[in-house]
Amino acid sequence: MSTPPERARFLARDSFIELTARERAVRVLDAGSFRELAGPFDRLTSPWLPLQDIVTQADDGVVIARGTLEGHAAVVASIEGAYQGGSIGEVSGAKLAGALELALRDAGRGRPVRPVLLLETGGVRLQEANLGLAAIAEVHAAIVALRRHVPVVAVVAGAVGCFGGMSLAAALASHLIVTRQARLGMNGPEVIEQEAGLAELDALDRARIWSLMGGEQRYATGFADALVEDDAAAIGAAVRSAFASAAGGAPRSERVASLSARLAAIDAAHPPEPAALRALWARETGA
Amino acid sequence: MERLSFTYPARQAVARRVHVGVVGSGDLEVLLEPSNDAQAHVAVTTSVDGFGTVWQHVLDRFFTRFDAAAAIEINDFGATPGMVLLRLEQAAEALRA
Amino acid sequence: MSGAELSRIGLTWLEALTGSAGLLEEPPRTVRVADAPLGGENARFIAVVPDADNRFPRARAGEVGLDEALALARQVRRTLAEDAGGRPRPIVALVDVTSQAYGVREELLGIHLAAAAAVDAYASARLAGHPLIALLVGKAISGGFLTHGYQANRMLALDSPGVQLHAMSKQSAARVTRRTVEELERLGARVAPMAYDVGSFAKLGLLDRLIGGVDAAHPTAADLERVRGELIAAIAAARAGPPDLATRLTSPAALQGRAASIAVRRRLAEQWDAS
Repeated sequence: MSTPPERARFLARDSFIELTARERAVRVLDAGSFRELAGPFDRLTSPWLPLQDIVTQADDGVVIARGTLEGHAAVVASIEGAYQGGSIGEVSGAKLAGALELALRDAGRGRPVRPVLLLETGGVRLQEANLGLAAIAEVHAAIVALRRHVPVVAVVAGAVGCFGGMSLAAALASHLIVTRQARLGMNGPEVIEQEAGLAELDALDRARIWSLMGGEQRYATGFADALVEDDAAAIGAAVRSAFASAAGGAPRSERVASLSARLAAIDAAHPPEPAALRALWARETGA
Repeated sequence: MERLSFTYPARQAVARRVHVGVVGSGDLEVLLEPSNDAQAHVAVTTSVDGFGTVWQHVLDRFFTRFDAAAAIEINDFGATPGMVLLRLEQAAEALRA
Repeated sequence: MSGAELSRIGLTWLEALTGSAGLLEEPPRTVRVADAPLGGENARFIAVVPDADNRFPRARAGEVGLDEALALARQVRRTLAEDAGGRPRPIVALVDVTSQAYGVREELLGIHLAAAAAVDAYASARLAGHPLIALLVGKAISGGFLTHGYQANRMLALDSPGVQLHAMSKQSAARVTRRTVEELERLGARVAPMAYDVGSFAKLGLLDRLIGGVDAAHPTAADLERVRGELIAAIAAARAGPPDLATRLTSPAALQGRAASIAVRRRLAEQWDAS
């Protein structure tokens, strides 16, 4: 059977996006160091989904793993986008917040643990509405507190993207890594179409959506720190390099004056097209 | 959503726990661990109602080649019978590995 | 735009508690800040209010949009800077927010980062020792609530039908979950976190006080005295406790309403260090 070159490349690539949440955590951590906490056999499942006739997953869609990154103690929280759209319910949200809170406790005791968030989520799980939102507020609180001790590194690889309240978590991270396949926004296209109408946005217009919130655009306009290929080794290397270089300036979400100045200069009645925004908010000068 | 349970005779003891799959669209997860008696027990929770007979056939087929005393939990989100067998085989394979 | 009446509740409470409609020295007109004495010290009150002429059309009905989120961040950071080296004053977030702003401009210009800047500022103020109190007087929906109120270390709410909490507006949640609004309401009666009413929310254990018998739209002098008393007590409690969100997991109601949140944390802590 003949194998054209592009097909050979396709077969040889080591896609990170195609991995499950658990496989992603295994691949990011140092080889052999993965140790899962509150895993499937702990059976911490959603108490709210069965009341609504929805099948639970034994890990509620979040994998928490201890391990090492270049020998340093680490914790990875990885969201499974294939289960309920990576949505944040009470249990999955408590796993994320709880892991960050324990990392904060250890950091306060002089035992820093490197936290990595692998975000693949549509935001709050609407079937657990207020408890999902509450957990997301706790994730935010933990990131802001933890970031003072140790960089918090987030990755949005792709398939689902990162939306809703969890997009704020991505923005609060010390260092954000995206791929071209990632989408990052507070409101997903479907939600915008529903709330604001088809005239505002056609949720099926993929090119438009990618031009607005795709990883390349987000990187080019200063909303992400690194743009990497969809490759497990490349993402693992980007995570390690983020911890090595994270001594940098103030976190993005603290740069209120520069964010305000660049927004004030925008004409709200005639906002720039995405391509023009790249020139206006080029990485070097942007937030 | 429907819950089904099945029991099969078993001969071999199970030494470890295995987890495979995701409760994603057209997929399922399988949790396999030692059962507390000399039989195999399968507890299925499926998002699709009314397919008890199909589950019975799929599991009958799997247990013609699997005789471990396992407690198997299946959480299914509309997988085809082929997919169910694939995940069960994966779990059995991981058990042997 | 819908012709829905714009809520005045946030402004009503700002004026009632401070005697002022708030600073308007710099745009936007939607984020109002006023100082007023409270329990022998000066407190800073912040409200997000609607503006039918907002330069961003998707943020005219009381939503937290790009300008609102960054204005919240600036005002809270200004408070932090003013009190640096001194006694951190209380900050009271008066919460009546319909949601975040949903629009293409908002996504293009990164409302997620603007909102994160507001969250960051509030969380930083709390960590710096500012007693941060959220007083829920109207809607507290989704990203609006995350950016304005949900980082508070004490949350108080009026027990009023107008106080509604959720992750999404009722109409949108119905569409997304493929249910009718009526089905959603029936579900809320059975599944506490799905409900919109503040009584159900209180059962989850996230609130420190549910204040009954106050007319949210037209507070009387006696109502105001009671609410001030509750705020003063919450400020004292916040100063006495750690600058985190711990009461949301330790309140008597949380032991029931957030049992899974507590169980998950316990399990993680047990397994955190390798045995």
